This record gives sequence, structure tokens and C-alpha cells, in this order.
Amino acid sequence: MSVTELEFQAQQVETAPEQAILGRSQWQLTWRRLLHDKMAVASFIVILIIALLAILAPVVAGLLGHGPYQAFSGKGLSADGLPVAPGTNGFILGTDYIGRDLLVRILYGARISLFVGLTTTAMATVAGVLVGLVAGYYGGWVDTVLARFIDAVLAFPFIVLALALAAIYGSSLLIVIGVITFFAWAGISRIVRGQTLSLKEKEYIEAARSLGAGPWRIMIIDILPNLMGPVLVLATLYIPTAIVVEATLSFLGIGIPAPTASWGVILSEAQQFYQVSWWYVVFPAAALLITTLAFNLLGDGIRDAMDPRTERLFAGSKRRKRRARKTAAAEPGALPPLTVSELGE
Amino acid sequence: MSETLPRDAAAGTIRDPDFEDDVLVRVDNLVKHFPVKAGGLISRTVGQVQAVDGVSLQIGRGQTVGLVGETGCGKSTLARCIAGLIPVTSGKVTFEGQDITNLSRRAMRPYRREIQMIFQDPYGSLNPRRRVGAIIGDPFTIHRTATGAERKKAVQELMERVGLNPEHYNRFPAEFSGGQRQRIGVARALALRPKLIICDEPVSALDVSIQAQVLNLLADLQADFGLSYLFIAHDLSVVQHVSSAVVVMYLGRVAEQGQKDQVYTSPRHPYSAALLSAAPAADPEAAAARHRIILTGDVPSPINPPSGCRFHPRCPKAQELCSQQDPALENKAGDPPTHLTACHFPVQADEDLARVGRREPR
Amino acid sequence: MTLLDVKNLAVNFPTADGVVKAVRGVSFSVDAGRTLGIVGESGSGKTVLTQTLLGLTPGGDVSGQALFDGTDLLALTDDEMRKVRGAQISVIFQDPLTSLHPLYKVGWQIEEMIRVHDRSVSRKEATDRAVDLLEKVGIPQAKQRVNDYPHQFSGGMRQRAMIAMALSLSPKLIIADEPTTALDATVQAQILDLLLRLQQESNTALIMITHDLGVVADIADNVMVMYAGRAAETASKHDIFYQPHHPYTKGLLESIPGSSAGAERLKPISGQPPSLIRLPPGCAFHPRCTYVMDRCLTEEPKLVAVGSAGAHRSACFLPVSAIGLGGDTEELRKKAVSEHRRAAAAEVAEKIAAAPESEGSVIV
Repeated sequence: MSVTELEFQAQQVETAPEQAILGRSQWQLTWRRLLHDKMAVASFIVILIIALLAILAPVVAGLLGHGPYQAFSGKGLSADGLPVAPGTNGFILGTDYIGRDLLVRILYGARISLFVGLTTTAMATVAGVLVGLVAGYYGGWVDTVLARFIDAVLAFPFIVLALALAAIYGSSLLIVIGVITFFAWAGISRIVRGQTLSLKEKEYIEAARSLGAGPWRIMIIDILPNLMGPVLVLATLYIPTAIVVEATLSFLGIGIPAPTASWGVILSEAQQFYQVSWWYVVFPAAALLITTLAFNLLGDGIRDAMDPRTERLFAGSKRRKRRARKTAAAEPGALPPLTVSELGE
Repeated sequence: MSETLPRDAAAGTIRDPDFEDDVLVRVDNLVKHFPVKAGGLISRTVGQVQAVDGVSLQIGRGQTVGLVGETGCGKSTLARCIAGLIPVTSGKVTFEGQDITNLSRRAMRPYRREIQMIFQDPYGSLNPRRRVGAIIGDPFTIHRTATGAERKKAVQELMERVGLNPEHYNRFPAEFSGGQRQRIGVARALALRPKLIICDEPVSALDVSIQAQVLNLLADLQADFGLSYLFIAHDLSVVQHVSSAVVVMYLGRVAEQGQKDQVYTSPRHPYSAALLSAAPAADPEAAAARHRIILTGDVPSPINPPSGCRFHPRCPKAQELCSQQDPALENKAGDPPTHLTACHFPVQADEDLARVGRREPR
Repeated sequence: MTLLDVKNLAVNFPTADGVVKAVRGVSFSVDAGRTLGIVGESGSGKTVLTQTLLGLTPGGDVSGQALFDGTDLLALTDDEMRKVRGAQISVIFQDPLTSLHPLYKVGWQIEEMIRVHDRSVSRKEATDRAVDLLEKVGIPQAKQRVNDYPHQFSGGMRQRAMIAMALSLSPKLIIADEPTTALDATVQAQILDLLLRLQQESNTALIMITHDLGVVADIADNVMVMYAGRAAETASKHDIFYQPHHPYTKGLLESIPGSSAGAERLKPISGQPPSLIRLPPGCAFHPRCTYVMDRCLTEEPKLVAVGSAGAHRSACFLPVSAIGLGGDTEELRKKAVSEHRRAAAAEVAEKIAAAPESEGSVIV
């Protein structure tokens, strides 16, 4: 072996240990796993499409020439005064009971649903995390009081409250958002409290205390980042709940008031017409279903992506085949089951 | 019982005049009980976990005191009491003469710069979501002693001092090996130049070849910065290497304490003797030749400690007196003044406990 | 009589970062009734090795041969493997709290083990056997304790219960993976004592995996030291401790407190174990080796016979007669190094010497 070759090898030696596996943060690992999850990616794309359609609702309305509140009693209603079927007279999904374009109304409904879903979840998450953190970290009587309060809120029948508020103030978007947020934060709070209770016992929290860190610093800087994962999953899974609750309230007439196009409102109207106008029920219901399903699948996907252990179960079933073949190379493109940090030893 | 040195009646310790002015930490009769709660709506206290039940010791400037004992002996609890992480039930902890027992968080703050801790679990003692530079920089941020570029520089100097590459400032703990993470913990503890570092099993979770590296590092830092260590470990050979004084704990009490050589060469308490004989030695001939004292049974629960001497149910030498009367920690005849034992029938020089009557398992 | 004969076992894990070569061609054998101690630190592959023998490694590519009483364990199907596990080979894990099911009584778990392998055993018989076993492993009041849950046992008791479970079907081989690491020294002494006694009574072979050389010094007959997925040295217990050949073994022995006889500094091995994805070229230990030579950078040493007896093998290029810790052997080593170390290896040696953690070590 020549000297230059030896030197080359030596350089390799020097650099090899330095090329330590670039440790990836939790988020990078999760992101990578998420990208491999076809269901989650598909759901995300669907949500993007829905969001896009919701944003572009006015554009669609303009293109079609049908506003969300425009009632076309002429071309929009049949001779008997019933809604027209999809495809007639330029109404792609048909019309509703006073001749409004159903497609346009559904798109505007998407705006309401997404808006309500996202704002209530955002506010509930902030409030829930805050209360959960404080209750979990401080413990003692603070925790007892807050925990009982959370339990009380969770036990409260929200429909009754909505009814009462609607009766006093009349139904409105604000009340809907208020009611949903009021009940959503409690569920998040309970879970955050549980997580905080267990995180509080970790040694690095003890280390922070031994350095003299105060409770707020520990909660925000040490505990909160470790909560973000479960909170993200929780929030993603709450959005469809919020959407369904809004639809329910609107369906019962104590949510978004008509004539605003909300899926619940449309479904409420459709109660009397579904026997003759199937599209009146099917399309808004489908929109609701697809949206909630997409968020649920995405939330599940995120949760699975965060927990590497589920993958080992899949890897195990491949084991039998591998044993029989005893090959050393993995098929290119196959999802690698484990990352280095998860191997343990 | 010959005492030529003044005895502190209250604390039951011998004060070594050589150390008198150089005592950094003094623990007097520390007691820590954890209430055991039961009940549903309103919980009642049904018992007490007597984790630490009257321990006195002192740590001198620049000294390493080794604290050994097994599960349930209370050494970790004692450490946390000294560090002010958990409130003390009774007793006193003084630092440089000042009483720091059960101070409020605000009052304790200045002492937090002087007393630091290194933890056992290199994987649990660092927040996995934060970068290493931030973790080591925490002391500076919390005590507002350095900010921004100044802090980064200080952190990188610390990293270099403990043998880490300062360029790894922005990495996450997961990107480091166990030994390196422990070094991160050391850097964090060292940041504000404390006087005392409490090491709670700092090398137990590390590979053997890495243990030696970290132990050398700790020794270097002690020499450079004049640190005192309270070194808690269950590995007797590690304790023997680092400590100058050793305290052996059993079930919340001190069984024996003294200078290292005193305890290791002539253990007087049967428990210390058993512990020493049970320690695995990496030497087959020594292992085969050793008369291992096999204790019967397991360590009893600290909720219901045995009456009298807590070790008596497992002690090969126990007699009636042992179950009735708790032995005091005192200097036994023929021992140097700093060697204290809490036993009614201490091990004699020529006695071989492995041959003494063995108790049958109950 | 050779009970287990492993030849060239290799286990790879394909991961997102590359292929992790956890085990890279390990061969060893265990005789009936004898104890093999496998010593290694993190990343040595010792746990993956034994888990693979029992088919417990998910997602790994396994190659090689493991002849147990004539049958190749690596070629068995899952069902066949299930019959072997427990009945022929059983395992004791490190943490009995997580390896015993927390929601089932300890006695029930042992009974279940017995009855799963032999349906003809009645409930009553199984319970009696469980009580017997618990008594055998030294659990007092076995008749009552057989109805307790794992959390009602102390750490030492739980490990005894695990040993009872491992023995319940009288296996020919027990694999103990760090069984005493989580236990106190006095309890550890009890457990090792128990294992030795039981092994002698039933002539069971034992593979004891540990990182603690003290445990090995106590109960092993033969020792295999593993590093970075391969065997660095295999020998009888006496040879490993008193006549080590491989610098890693030597380094381990010298880095233990107590071996430096009161010296101020310990003699650590500098650096840390290598990544199993990007292994150093040549000998995996060379970046940390005080005796690094030119060959070590490019060739991976094979396990060759060293010393006098045939059973002592070491994977190192140092002269085969350079065994032991004495002064003459050290001279032999230094001579070999001075003859075979040129530029590239010298650079590595300098790097090792310059590393801060090497202070106190003797660099050749």
C-alpha cells in the first residue's frame, strides 16, 4: 500500500467519527414519518383543497353568476316550486328550497366551518394549555380547584347553554364560537394537566429547579416544548369536533342564523325536502363527512408519526420473509423501519 | 470509648478540629418523612415513609464525601434535602455557617449558585427539546450573570473545559452519547463556579470505559476549582477511588462513617462488611478467595422500619438487644476518632462474618 | 458437549440513516452446564446477538448459523421458535418490572408458561410446580406469594421470580441479559449465588451478558469480549483477566477503579464506541487504541489463536505471544508498534494522545 493511500485512509479515519449521525430533532423525525404515511398526506391534500375552495368561494360564485344569497325563483325552482336537480340550468349541485345555488352555498359553508373550527380550536388550545400547565405543575389546592372546575365544565350540557344563550341574545356566530371554545378548552386542559403531572417528575425539571429556575420559566421553557406533540395531535383532532358541533347547533337553529350558509343550516332546511331533493341532503352531508374525516385521519397520522413504536409491529411481520430469503440488502424505497436513535443499544 | 475530641451532644458527631474552619456544609440530625396518603375525596395520612431518619454529616472545603447505600437507604433523598429541592421535616442544613434549611425560593436563590447537582441519568437530566447551548447557558440566564454573545462564549468555554466540542453548541442532547451528555450536565453544574457539587450516581449509567473518563474529569475540576463533592454511588470501588471520607447509610440512618481507609479496611458495622464483601471485583482469584457475606432477605420498607437497630432482621450477629434498642452512632474502642459506627456488636478485627450463624429465610 | 454453536452470526438493520451493522460475524460456542460471559459496552451488539438467537429482533437482516443441539435456530419458523423459547432456551431480562406482566399474578404467569408448552398439565399441577419453583429460588412463603402481583415483590424477589419462570420448563440453556444490573450489590450477590447453584443442580448452560467485569469474574467459565458488533477476544476466565491480549480488554481492565491501586487518575480508554453505521475502516477499535499500527487502519483483524492454550483467541495484529499485563509483554507490544507504525498510524496515535480524556493513560 503506497503512502498516499495510507494517508487517504488516515484522513478517512479522522473524518469518519466526526460524521456523527446528524441527530434529528423530534420534529424532523415526525415529519419524515408523516410524509411516508399515505393516508395522512392524502388527508392533508384534501384539507388544502377544501381550504382553497373556501377561500375561492367568491370567485366560484362570480364565475357561476350565482351569489350565496341569490334566490333564483325562476330557473332555480321547478314548476312545482321545488329545488332543481344537479346539472339543470347551470346549477352544478342543484338548488335549495328558494332556488339558491347549492354548490355556492356549500362553499361558503366551508368558510364558516373552517373558520369556526380553527378559531375555536386555537383559542381553546391556548386556554387549555395554560390552565393544564398551571394545574399540573403547581399541584396542591391550585390543582384541586382547577381540576374540579375542568370536570364541571366537561360535565355541563353544552346544548342547554347554547339554547339559553340563543334565547336571550339570539343566535349568532359569536355565541357559537364562544360556546364551542368554552367546552373545548376543558378537554385539552385535562390532557395537558396529565402530561404536565408526569413531565414534572422528569430529572431535567429537577435540574432546572436546582439551578434556581422559577415555576413560570420551567413551565414555559422546559415543560411546554415537550407538550407540543400531544397538543398538536389533540388540536388537530378537535377541529372536526368543533365543526360538527357548529353544524349541530346550526341544525338545531341555535347556531349560525339563516340566511348565512352553514352546512348545519343547509341540512336543517333539507329536512323537509330530502325526499324529493336528495342532493339537498347528500352534498352538504358529504362535505361535512369529508372534512371531518380528513382532519381525523390527519390527526391520527400525526399521532402515529410521533410514536415510532407502531412501526416495529409492521417491521415484525416482514421478518418471516426476510428470514427465509436471508438477503442483506433492503429493497430500495421501502420505508426504513427504525432510526438509529430508536435502536437503543 | 476514648474521646479526646469535643463531642457535639446534639448532633452526635465528632468535630474534627482540622476541618473546623473549613466546613462547607453541615447537616444536623436531618429527618425527612414522606406522608403516605390514602382515602378518596379527602385523603388522610396513614403512615410515613421514613426516608431519612436522623442523619448528621459534614463536608469540608475541597473534600469529597462518598455516600453509599442501597435502594431505600435515603441517600438520594438526603442529597435533595441538602440541595434544597425538597423541604426538610426536621433538622438543620448549614452552608458556610448559614442556616439554609427550608428557605423560601427567593431566599434560597443565592445559594443555588453555590450548591449544584449532577444527576444519574444522562438521558433524563437534559431536556430533549432544547439545544445544548441553551441548557448549559441556563444558569447564566436564570441568575442574570451573562447574556447574548457573552453567555455563548462562557458556554463554549465550559464545553471545552469538560471535553466537548464547542462547535456542537446548537445540537440536541440526542446527538450525544451517554458520556458526553454527562459532561453536558457537568458543564451546566459548573457554570456559576459553585462550591459544592452533589453528584447523584453520576457514572452509574455509563459504560465502564467512559466512567473512568468522567471520574478523571471530576477530579481535574476539583483540583482546578477547589470544589467539594458529595458523591453518591452504589459502586463501592468508584466511591473508594474518589472519596476521602465515606458515609454508609442503611434505611435512613448512618450505619458507619469515617475516613475512606478506615471504613474500607476495617468496617465495623456488619452491613458495611457485607456490602464490601458483596461488591463484585474484577479479579477471579480474589472473587473466589473472598468470604462473601450473603445477607438474607431484602431491604425492608422504609414505611415500617424494624424496631431497634434497623439492620437486625438481616444481621448475622443480631441479638436481643438489637431489636430493642437503636444503637447510637459513636466512636468504638480502638477506632480513630473520626470512625463512627452505629452497632451494638461491631465487627472485630479477626472476625469473619461469612462464618457467623446464618439466618434462615423467613 | 457443545450445546450451542454459533457461526458467523451477522445482523443488520436498515434504517433511514444507513445500514446499522449491529452484529458483524460473531462465532462462539457454549458447552452444556457451562457459563459463557459476554462482556460488552453500548453498541457492542451483545443484546442484539442473543435476541437474534431467540428470534426477537424485529426488522433485522440475519445471516449465519446457530446450531442448538443440531437445529439451526436462525432457520426456524415463528411457530417452531415459539416451542424452543421457554422450553429449550429461556431468557432472563434486565428489568423484571417490565418483563413480568404487571396485571397478572406471578404464580399465574409461571403456570401459564408451563401450560402453554404442555396442554396436558392440569391447573392444579401447574400451581404446585409454580410454588415449588418459587421455593427453589428462595422466595419465602411461596404458597402465599404465588398469588401476589409483580409490584408486591421487591426488585430482588422479582428477579428471582423471573428466574423461576426461566427454569419452569427445565431448559438446556438460559440466556441472562444483564440480570443484576438494576439490583443492589447485596441482592446481586444473592442472585448470582442462586444462579450458580441452580445451574449446577440442573446442569443448565448459561450465557450471562453483562458490562460488569466483576460479575463475569464471579460466575463465568469462559468469556467473550465484544466490541462494535464483533468478538474482540474470547478466552477462559483466567486468561481474560490475567492474560489479556486485545488492547480493548486490557483497557477495560485498567480503567476500572481499584485496578490503578490508589493512583490519582484512572486510565480510561479515550474516545467513545463507534457508530455502527459508519464504522472506522480496518479495525473498529483502532481510533482508540494505544497500540495502533499501520495494518489496523486498513485491515480488519480476524480472530486468531493467541497465547498457549487453543481456546484463547483475539482479533488483533499484535504478536500472539503478547498476552498479559506484565512488563515484558509491554515491551513486546512496544517493539511491535515501533516496527509497524508509520505516518498514518502515527497520526492516529497522536490524536489519541492529545485527547483530553487520555491524560493519565500511557500512550505507546
